[in-house]
Amino acid sequence: MNPANGPLGAVAGLGRAVAELFDRAGYTIVLLVRGTGWAFRKPRWRMTFSLMYDGGIQSLPVVAIVALFAGMIISLQTGIFLEQLGQGETVGRIVAQTFAREFGPFMTCIILVGTVVSAYAAEIGTMAVSEEVSALEVLSVRPASYLVAPRIVALTVMTFFLTVVADIIGVIGGGLVAMNQIGLPMDRYLENALDTLSGREWGYLPKDVYAGLMKASFTGWVMAGVGCAQGLQARGGALGVGRAVRTAVITSIVLTLIISYNFSWVAYQAFPS
Amino acid sequence: MIHVEGVTKTYGSKVVLDNLDLDVQDGETFVVIGKSGSGKSTLLRLMIGLTKPDSGRVVVLTKNVPRLSRKRLRRFRTKMGYLFQSGALVNWLTLAQNVALPLLENPNFPRKRIDAKVMEVLYRVGLYDAAHLMPDQLSGGMRKRGGLARSLVTDPQVMLYDEPTTGLDPVTAHAIDQLIIDLKQRTGVTSVVVSHDMEGAFRVADRIAMLYRGRIIATGTPDEIRLSADPVVHQFITGSLEGPLAEFAQKEEKS
Repeated sequence: MNPANGPLGAVAGLGRAVAELFDRAGYTIVLLVRGTGWAFRKPRWRMTFSLMYDGGIQSLPVVAIVALFAGMIISLQTGIFLEQLGQGETVGRIVAQTFAREFGPFMTCIILVGTVVSAYAAEIGTMAVSEEVSALEVLSVRPASYLVAPRIVALTVMTFFLTVVADIIGVIGGGLVAMNQIGLPMDRYLENALDTLSGREWGYLPKDVYAGLMKASFTGWVMAGVGCAQGLQARGGALGVGRAVRTAVITSIVLTLIISYNFSWVAYQAFPS
Repeated sequence: MIHVEGVTKTYGSKVVLDNLDLDVQDGETFVVIGKSGSGKSTLLRLMIGLTKPDSGRVVVLTKNVPRLSRKRLRRFRTKMGYLFQSGALVNWLTLAQNVALPLLENPNFPRKRIDAKVMEVLYRVGLYDAAHLMPDQLSGGMRKRGGLARSLVTDPQVMLYDEPTTGLDPVTAHAIDQLIIDLKQRTGVTSVVVSHDMEGAFRVADRIAMLYRGRIIATGTPDEIRLSADPVVHQFITGSLEGPLAEFAQKEEKS
């Protein structure tokens, strides 16, 4: 038997996969740090605003529609149950907290993975396989400054604003259902919704809101790095670009979940007040 | 000007360059010919520091390129020009913006002179009227000339051309070759051209070298190469189906 096909081969294969995983993770972290550094040292405002428009503004309708229906669904599902318990009025609290803490940031990030992160990986991946990235290097143009930094800023900022939009529209969607299906007046619903958002540590901004927005922005920052890193590492023509996009999407979704859990733990377990 | 000594480069188990030695003189146009996949482009990438050799020295403009720090490599590259096979223009910038890019990234170049410099090089490559076009609106030949203009805008001391005429019709290929010749006559730039277009190679070259199995097996003037008795060189320049190149390819396919 060829040892390469036996248990030793499997261990070697696993070792190679783990080494490659660490290699790619290290590359992504270094690129994120470099790209962020260049965003401050040499801001490229025109390109950044253009990317914000392409990625952010054009994702706005999707985010709004998904948030609206998600708010309506949560309100309907919880409202029916709460009404049976005689607690119909609390539906506003549940929708607002769900959106501000978790659903708004998570939903926005997942939509942006599909619309923006995949586009970053595809654009930069195509540039890498068609030697455009090498051409930039030859021209002494740093890819971390020219390609990565504007994308990091654009996605970080747009994740923040789209999460604000998702939170507001989600709560309004929940209110519409509460009003029409449960018979709860909108002003009562909104009063409950706003009342429940805990803490007023930073001025009048509830902790639920700013913790959710910080989480969303941080996730956007990481996702931008993942998309760019996968694109820059693309090799081997169209197949390589496809592989880069797929890896960027999968990695970003998994990281969104991991960051979401850890951020929630820090915000509500480690620093509960 | 360019001195390559004992360079070996492998990709996985494949030895692409095997203890290769090469010298290019100041101001000459040196053409490297060889089969597809023989390591010609790798040789160019080594000269500009896009790839590092496993061993050996690559000295260009008195700098040992693989040993340069990132900062010094960037400074070194401002004296180099590189024409990629596809032109490699950035696809969201117009042709003029592409050509201006290296100047805009150079803080020492006067901003007021950028437009004039860009239009000057576009005029030299015959693309003055196409300055406002996007890369996807350009033909293959125009993209290559655009890439050439972008390389020339920094007045390089060494030009590297990666398959400058591949995929072009004979007339456009001839026009690109003429640009290479004109550039040399006008500026005295040292050029390394990688190609398997023999007609073009004979047209532009001061000297030609044949790369085979990771080594330079023959070097000479175009006439010396034309008259070479080496069976590999002879088969390559005549394009014959029978000979050592075909036998080697068959062996490679079997292995």
